[in-house]
Amino acid sequence: MPFSNLPLLVYIYQIWEEEGIEAIETWNVGEQQELEGDEESKLSIALDINSTCAKVAFFIISKSMNSPTPQFVPSRLGIYEPIHQIGIWGENFKSNGNPNTSTSVIVEVDNKLENESETTSHEMLTASNTYEQEASKPIDKIQRRLAQNREAARKSRLRKKAYVQQLENSRLKLIQLEQELQRARQQGLYMGGVLEGSHIGFSGTVNSGIAAFEMEYGRWVDVQHRQICELRTTLNAHISDIELRILVESGIGHYFELFRMKSTVAKADVFYVISGVWKTSAERFFSWIGGFRPSELLKVLVPQLDPLTEQQILEVCNLKQSCQQAEDALSQGMEKLQETVSSTVAGGPVDEVSYIPQVATAMEKLEALVSFVNQADHLRQETLQQMSRILTTRQAARGLLALGEYFHRLRALSTLWATRPPEPSLP
Amino acid sequence: MDKVMRLTTERGVVLFSKSSCCLCYAVKILFQELGVTPTIHEIDQDPEGREMERALMRLGCKAPVPAVFIGGKLVGSTNEVMSLHLGGGLIPLLRPYQAFC
Repeated sequence: MPFSNLPLLVYIYQIWEEEGIEAIETWNVGEQQELEGDEESKLSIALDINSTCAKVAFFIISKSMNSPTPQFVPSRLGIYEPIHQIGIWGENFKSNGNPNTSTSVIVEVDNKLENESETTSHEMLTASNTYEQEASKPIDKIQRRLAQNREAARKSRLRKKAYVQQLENSRLKLIQLEQELQRARQQGLYMGGVLEGSHIGFSGTVNSGIAAFEMEYGRWVDVQHRQICELRTTLNAHISDIELRILVESGIGHYFELFRMKSTVAKADVFYVISGVWKTSAERFFSWIGGFRPSELLKVLVPQLDPLTEQQILEVCNLKQSCQQAEDALSQGMEKLQETVSSTVAGGPVDEVSYIPQVATAMEKLEALVSFVNQADHLRQETLQQMSRILTTRQAARGLLALGEYFHRLRALSTLWATRPPEPSLP
Repeated sequence: MDKVMRLTTERGVVLFSKSSCCLCYAVKILFQELGVTPTIHEIDQDPEGREMERALMRLGCKAPVPAVFIGGKLVGSTNEVMSLHLGGGLIPLLRPYQAFC
């Protein structure tokens, strides 16, 4: 170690945006401070570099009482060679145009540093070329500076601890969500596989259609979430109606995009869409012909839209009624379809081994399912469109926010439900 | 084509359907709820069914059935009927033909 026989030379830079600046403003580069002999606790020294560099390294160093000479140990922050650091530091300073930069670096860290955790992403120390003592600073000013920096160091330790804790929590949450996603995916593929069991030749196409949809849908949900957040902040910020209209149009358009996606994947595997495996469990609970009920949509929206004009109330009422009637008609049509398929599959003598005619006929009838899914989506789309026509821009924005938030909460409910503690098994 | 044209000019609500079509069944249910009894032609039970199907397609229906005509004018298939209804335009068209028991 080239510097190991020199007295303690420690230069620590700390410019912590909120706190540290005052503490360092009067120290010049090249200053050197010998640690007190009985200083065992952490000590931090900050120096001013009268530069425009916003953030530099922050180190805590401590000097063990028992070692007369400074130890040079690689810190967990990754500084291994002072020569290396010189290069980096020098460049950094060059770019800031600081004429006082030094060109040599001394690092003294203690093993204790391994356990400390204040650090920024930069890990640079610098020291003056000359190790001249600075004799002109009064001692108590120095002490005050040291105390301030201790305090700053302590605070930043606590901050970092809190941040790391938060990261850990998020990491766990992410793992849980990934697991749930994996489970749901497997469930989806399994169902697709089982139901299409006889179509061995088609299974490749079916799965790729489903895989493509799943990816697109994942992105769709992300965009949806962003749109909701944007709507929320925008509504609070009182922007012009014209700008709000743009957000509303894109929000409605986003739903239309979903219906387009569903139409495509319904052609690939209509059972996949109807089963709702692509949605979270709580959303699936409310599923009606492969999606949400239009009347449900109105029930969620309307309370959030007050105040409505008399005319609007009338129109919304009519919409509710016609929506319900259309829904009922489609529901009964679906029931009829179920009856038809069921009686077809069950028909014919059961003591005959061959059931191919029945199943083949049932297949034809099932084709109608695609039309029903399309029709249900059309109803959803039409409901959204009518609401958009009846409401003002601002009301429509609030409506979209309410709807988006509703589905978002249902998804959160699903996650919560999936991660609830398991029930104790019965004895 | 002639048969279809003749049938569509009948007064009232005319529905071309197939007895096996469940979507047609849904439309029938809807009319029932709205107090309308359409004249239903099940083209799968009609000897000229094939021709009628082609004629309906030529008239602009994407799917031959269900095809709804009101007062001689083509309204459309399920899509159009639903859109019209949600937009509030179906009931005024049906009003002359509504009969609630």
